[in-house]
Amino acid sequence: MTAPVVLEVEGLVKRFGDFTAVDGISFQVGRGEIVGLLGPNGAGKTTTIQMLLALLTPTAGRITAFGLDLARSREAVLQRVNFSSTYVNLPYMLSARENLTVFARLYGMPRPAERVAEVVADLEMADYVDKQTKTLSSGQLTRLHLAKALLNRPELLFLDEPTASLDPDTADRMRKYLKGVRERHGLAMLYTSHNMKEMEEMCDRILFLQRGKIRYAGTPAELMARLGVEDLEQLFLSVAREGEPE
Amino acid sequence: MKLHRVLAIVSRHGYLHRRSPFRLFELLYWPFLELVVWGFVSIWIQTVAGAAGNFIAFFLGGFILWDLMFRAQQGLSMAYLEEVWSRNLMNLFVSPLTVGEFLTASGVVSLIKLTISTVVMAFLAATMYGFSVFSLGVALVPFLVILVLFGWALGVATMGLVMRFGQGAESLVWVVAFVIQPVACVFYPLATLPPWLQPVALATPLVHVFEGMRAVIAGGGVPWRHIAIGAALDVLYVAAAIAFFHYTFAIVRDRGLLARTGE
Repeated sequence: MTAPVVLEVEGLVKRFGDFTAVDGISFQVGRGEIVGLLGPNGAGKTTTIQMLLALLTPTAGRITAFGLDLARSREAVLQRVNFSSTYVNLPYMLSARENLTVFARLYGMPRPAERVAEVVADLEMADYVDKQTKTLSSGQLTRLHLAKALLNRPELLFLDEPTASLDPDTADRMRKYLKGVRERHGLAMLYTSHNMKEMEEMCDRILFLQRGKIRYAGTPAELMARLGVEDLEQLFLSVAREGEPE
Repeated sequence: MKLHRVLAIVSRHGYLHRRSPFRLFELLYWPFLELVVWGFVSIWIQTVAGAAGNFIAFFLGGFILWDLMFRAQQGLSMAYLEEVWSRNLMNLFVSPLTVGEFLTASGVVSLIKLTISTVVMAFLAATMYGFSVFSLGVALVPFLVILVLFGWALGVATMGLVMRFGQGAESLVWVVAFVIQPVACVFYPLATLPPWLQPVALATPLVHVFEGMRAVIAGGGVPWRHIAIGAALDVLYVAAAIAFFHYTFAIVRDRGLLARTGE
């Protein structure tokens, strides 16, 4: 990796009682790099992301973002990071614009209304930005979550199933938009999705997690070549089903 | 502590209440209803007792001050519950928002709400029953401060419990203040309690406020001793509540409960 490192994870462990959810994983994400976290349910992806967002305290290990220790510099790190998930809600009584304004203020954007207008224009949300969040379609909600995640011009973005519930056309536009932001601003992303085609298209590198460990790491092409499969879907199935009777 | 983050959370509640008039309605409905009931009860007791005591002032003064404490506690806890109900906690805590900023913002929201309901109640008590809460004079200011701080201490502790035990524990927000009410001596003097219960009552700041209030209404001066003890106890309760919340928050972060709040 030649790009400056924005995220460095060393020996990250999370135990819940006797159960080890994440078992000593280490990896780096470079500026402008899109890294995919792949793995079956229960592999440790969500736990890892929660630790990277300081929502969950690691049992052991170290997380460094932008050269800052997350445990000691939570505020400074989170100011430069954001997160979007289809599975997390925003207050549904507020309009989309009100929600975005609250988060623009929360991240200390100098002119919140202007920043919200920029993001709304970028994500083509003008038609529904003044509607109450509870009235939005799932596709509109996904865009709203993405808009919220881009408000603070993050340098590192965590995306959990960012295009789930979008129709193929809108999902394609979103992917292109995210790639555009990456090209223009060097945005790094840690990406999870169960859409293997999307992972193949978006990710520069894949980390395949299984039982809390990184089982495979490499570019999608490298991993497919190593396992002798034609696409990530086959790779996923072959790794996830290893050891199962034929 | 960043002011812009505190104001962001306050503005979120401003938008919510503008969009949801029922929340404002509730803010005034219960205080109004209870004031009417207690007002008539006190008129009746005053009629039975004759000139023996100033029961209207004792009851309505007690009710208004108690409700203020209850609103302070509930307002703070509700600010947290709104985030739980809208599944927004994760968005907030992946931002740079700190626990201190969140609690401060919740306190500001609670203060705005309790100011509205208390002003309305004080106005109604004055116009309907001829009782002015300002008849408590200069002592009213320390009474209000002690009550609001204790309400916030209870609110923070309740918030910690709901955070730790999940949405199933949210009913605590409505009941926790009433667990203390019997020993708070809101409507009767401390001497009414059995002797073994009186030390328990004296360990809360509330009893010092309500004993002090009755002393002022009965024509005494500013009850500085009660005010000093009440304020000192407040410091202890607020410190304990914040320590408890931080302890709970650490558990919640260790077990990953923040991302699963509501379950």
